[in-house]
Amino acid sequence: MVNLKKYTPILHYFVLILTVATFWSCAEKKLYVNKVEGKQIPVTQALATTTAIEEYIAPYREHIDADLNSILAIATENIDKKGTYQTKIGNLQSDITLASATKLFMMREKKSVDICLLNNGGIRSIINKGNVTTRTAFELMPFENSLIVAALKGEQILEMIDYLIKEKKPHPLAGLTFTIDKNDVAKNILIQKQPLDPQKTYYVATNDYLYNGGDSMNFFQKATKMYDLDYKLRNVWIDYFKAVDTIPVLTDIRIAKEN
Amino acid sequence: MQKKIKMKRRDFIQKTAASSAILALPSLPLMSFGKPDIKHLTILHTNDVHSHIDSFPADDSRNPNQGGVSRRASLIDSIRKENSNVLLLDAGDIFQGTPYFNYYGGELEFKLMSMLNYDLATMGNHDFDNGIDGFYAQLPHAKFDFVSANYDFKNTVLNEIVKPYKVFNKGGIKIGVFGLGIELEGLVDKKMYKETVYNDPVETAEEMTRILKIEEKCDLIICLSHLGYNYRNDPDKISDLTLAKKTKDIDLIIGGHTHTFLDKPTIVTNKAGAQTLVNQVGAYGINLGRIDFYFDHNKKKTHESRTIIV
Repeated sequence: MVNLKKYTPILHYFVLILTVATFWSCAEKKLYVNKVEGKQIPVTQALATTTAIEEYIAPYREHIDADLNSILAIATENIDKKGTYQTKIGNLQSDITLASATKLFMMREKKSVDICLLNNGGIRSIINKGNVTTRTAFELMPFENSLIVAALKGEQILEMIDYLIKEKKPHPLAGLTFTIDKNDVAKNILIQKQPLDPQKTYYVATNDYLYNGGDSMNFFQKATKMYDLDYKLRNVWIDYFKAVDTIPVLTDIRIAKEN
Repeated sequence: MQKKIKMKRRDFIQKTAASSAILALPSLPLMSFGKPDIKHLTILHTNDVHSHIDSFPADDSRNPNQGGVSRRASLIDSIRKENSNVLLLDAGDIFQGTPYFNYYGGELEFKLMSMLNYDLATMGNHDFDNGIDGFYAQLPHAKFDFVSANYDFKNTVLNEIVKPYKVFNKGGIKIGVFGLGIELEGLVDKKMYKETVYNDPVETAEEMTRILKIEEKCDLIICLSHLGYNYRNDPDKISDLTLAKKTKDIDLIIGGHTHTFLDKPTIVTNKAGAQTLVNQVGAYGINLGRIDFYFDHNKKKTHESRTIIV
């Protein structure tokens, strides 16, 4: 045991110094990084699940699944993406989008929409034969792109046609038909069944991605006016599925090719 | 000076082994002299989770059975058991990518991140997908804060809510974290981000590091960035790699936006010739990033050779 008699005034004084010095040095002491280790850990099946989290998610998942799986329409055959200049799914998407755009544009601007042009790459799935559900719409259109109407001069419609000939992709197209001749030049160009007038202004329905330069559809940059219809392309699908019973099979030719 | 005190203290302890004076002293300051004082901080991070709450399905062509909040939670939990000094961060694009977002607008994402005890996040461009108002509406579900230093929210609903930086104290380590967001014009519709003003990331970072280092006296400075890792075809575009080169005093940049899967974190020599670590862990919660920092009081050693093991 400590002999308190040996607790001299000097030692007593030292306790005070020590205490002050200790606090002082710790307050001033800065930390420096001396070693860093970095890595990433994959989140795999090997890791345990967390019951509390699983239970928390379950009701949300069940609600979404029930809604996504609700049957809205029936497809009697596959509405697929096969074709060089048009596909069944592209024809359907461009037709329903043109109809939706016209309906909204009539209400807001008292004008009809002449053409619809979307992109083949934007159709992320097909409609399989059988039940068509909300999930089908999410698979077809997982992105949040919305419907735009661009005012384009006839000259830009000609640029659009050149683009379509050059691209040789089945981009969804409605309201515009033409034939590509043997020399890869367009003929029989019809807009809403009328010959193209280079000076006329046409209203073209598309999405914000393409309007903003996506897929190098640069003719949209020359639009004289743009109308944002504030309507998501996915909702175009969902609202259409709700409105019909059976999905039509549209095989009509919009871009014809002469051999 | 310190050495002297240390020696005297040792003598003193020997002399007064059970002295009431010793017992009355808080143990921490004295303990800190006893052994080499190394502090350990673990930074965990995600980016671009994009509403991927569930694991990818077993039949997914690219990432079967990967990711999922429930498994991430158990991973984080096991790391927290091994070190209590953990900061869990997210570099943005929490929203958009699965129907969970379309149906609930980000509610479940924020609630689950709160259950996982996320400390802080920054905003990605997709976090504006339901508009700045849509983001604001979900904030009551987030028990963690958001930081963004180069978005000026003064004339928006996020004014004074999303702050430029946040300072944490984890076991005596002071960590300053600031956020940087990507230019919104051309990427996000103006009607979504409204009056949010984008400011230059490099200038902002310089201001932030000054504040965090000098005014806040942080031991570690982290940038939570949604600028993107690197733009090979557009080298002038600001990215995490260019930011690291053009600034100083940032210890770690945690990035997002470009969904970059790195084999390991990148070490960049910064403006002051020191090393800045840049990391990003792909997307969709497939990976969790982990950076461990070990601190001591040896300034000399640190400046000459900060050991980085990646």
